[in-house]
Amino acid sequence: MLKVENINTYYGSSHILHGVSLEVHPGEVVVLFGRNGVGKTTTLKSIMGIQPPKNGRIIYKGEDITGNAPYLNVRKGLAIIPEDRRIIPNLTVEENLQLGILHKKKQLNVSEQFDMVFDYFPKLKLRVKQLGGSLSGGEQQMLTIARGLISNPELMMIDEPTEGLAPLIVEEIAEILRRLQRHGATILLVEQNYDLTISLSENLRAYVLEKGQVKLSGTPAELRACQDEVEQCLGVKL
Amino acid sequence: MELSWEIILMQVIMGLALGAIYVLLASGLSIIFGLLDVLNFAHGTFYMLGAYAMFTAISLCGNFWVGLVAAVVIVSLIGGLFEITLLKRLYGTDQIYPLLLCFGLGIFIPDIIKMAFGLIGKVVDYPAMLQGATFVGNLILPKYRIFLVVLMALVLLALYVFMKKTSIGMIIRAATRDRLMVNCLGINVSRVWTVGFMLGIGLAALAGAVAAPMVQTIPNMGDEMTVEAFVVVVIGGLGSLGGAALGGLILGQVVSFVSLLAPDWSNVSIFLTMALILVLRPRGLFGEEGRD
Ligand SMILES: Nc1ncnc2c1ncn2[C@@H]1O[C@H](COP(=O)(O)OP(=O)(O)OP(=O)(O)O)[C@@H](O)[C@H]1O
Ligand SMILES: [Mg+2]
Repeated sequence: MLKVENINTYYGSSHILHGVSLEVHPGEVVVLFGRNGVGKTTTLKSIMGIQPPKNGRIIYKGEDITGNAPYLNVRKGLAIIPEDRRIIPNLTVEENLQLGILHKKKQLNVSEQFDMVFDYFPKLKLRVKQLGGSLSGGEQQMLTIARGLISNPELMMIDEPTEGLAPLIVEEIAEILRRLQRHGATILLVEQNYDLTISLSENLRAYVLEKGQVKLSGTPAELRACQDEVEQCLGVKL
Repeated sequence: MELSWEIILMQVIMGLALGAIYVLLASGLSIIFGLLDVLNFAHGTFYMLGAYAMFTAISLCGNFWVGLVAAVVIVSLIGGLFEITLLKRLYGTDQIYPLLLCFGLGIFIPDIIKMAFGLIGKVVDYPAMLQGATFVGNLILPKYRIFLVVLMALVLLALYVFMKKTSIGMIIRAATRDRLMVNCLGINVSRVWTVGFMLGIGLAALAGAVAAPMVQTIPNMGDEMTVEAFVVVVIGGLGSLGGAALGGLILGQVVSFVSLLAPDWSNVSIFLTMALILVLRPRGLFGEEGRD
């Protein structure tokens, strides 16, 4: 479904991604691990067209989308749920969600889609008229996932959805991710919380990044087999 | 001078009418700055173009109202063309480049108008139905001034409804805060920018077109209006529409009374008002604290 081939991405003159390649198949959950600053977010931004790679290719459903503007990639079925959440603070919860479905208003039944996300996130329903900026961190995280989900994307790129949240809310988000996966969503996930991620499902694949390169990859079982190397890359004891 | 209640009220109405012009002009400037981050130093130039388009359209068709609509539409289209062909190339560069481009346009266009229309001012007549005044007791109410105040109120109401109730208004509000995220939600932001720019220019043109009968329509009439529009926006708080409205009305009153009581001071008073408000409230009346 998605094929990233040997991309090199820069911010100005600083070379961040050194030939990253990865693949995501339909219905899969693929996770990117790696230390802070290794280039996980940059990988997502490269795919989305926010920070296009200088060379290498990004193929989505057989089509070369390298360097396309983000809005075009979204219309092809990609969605990004950014780590800094980026809720529009001066818009209400309802308007933030409307913004997410605007480009698909003609193809989808808007009120059904609202019902669908409220089914995932009942708490948001109580806050529809509230300004996005007035939500708590956990609520904002739910809204940002809901806003990405509401247009039925084919591939969701979710960047550190549990960062900075209380344990109870982390568990809630993990449950949402499991539910999404059961319903057949395809997800490219960035997550620091190794144990939580591995617990999402046995049926996932992970890439471990080091210094802007893919160092290891495999299923949870395969990663367990080389636990020492994983620990070394991530700099933690698992 | 004897200051009777009649004179004071009259001056308030004059100030409201002048304020209405400021409000129309400044709300356009504020939309452009809020959405595109462009300091449009050609804003007064589009105001001037509005007046000249009004003059030209009226001399062609003979009707004030048709002329008004034509002026706004034509100047908005000119604004759109400018945004698409020139301004758009400079987005994402340092803020100084779009500013310089607008500044240059503000020098270039008035010269073109000078060549086309000459230096002598053009006269735009009041529409027949708005000539003269109505009397309420002792009070003289000039019809055209009253019309300007009503027009401003209607335009503000329409702007409010547009921003709050339409999809494109919602996108504009969102893009004003976070254009990248809006882009990442499948929305072609650059088209929204063109629409927002044209809207802002249309407001400047409307201000110029309705001001035309009251002022001298000359090629450089916009120069000081650019500065005054910036003063209004700074008073109101950068990027705030409500602020532009309140700021415009305040400045209208200040100029109206100062030109009655101390005509020499009317230009200075504009900046004194701005300085005073900024001392009391550095981010302007309705300014938001931080914006990315
Ligand atoms: N806009 C930017 N301009 C310049 N350098 C940047 C920019 N964004 C990120 N970087 C640098 O690129 C590198 C990779 O950043 P990136 O955000 O992709 O890391 P990450 O793996 O997502 O880290 P984290 O776990 O902290 O989110 C870092 O060294 C960072 O300092
Ligand atoms: Mg990151």
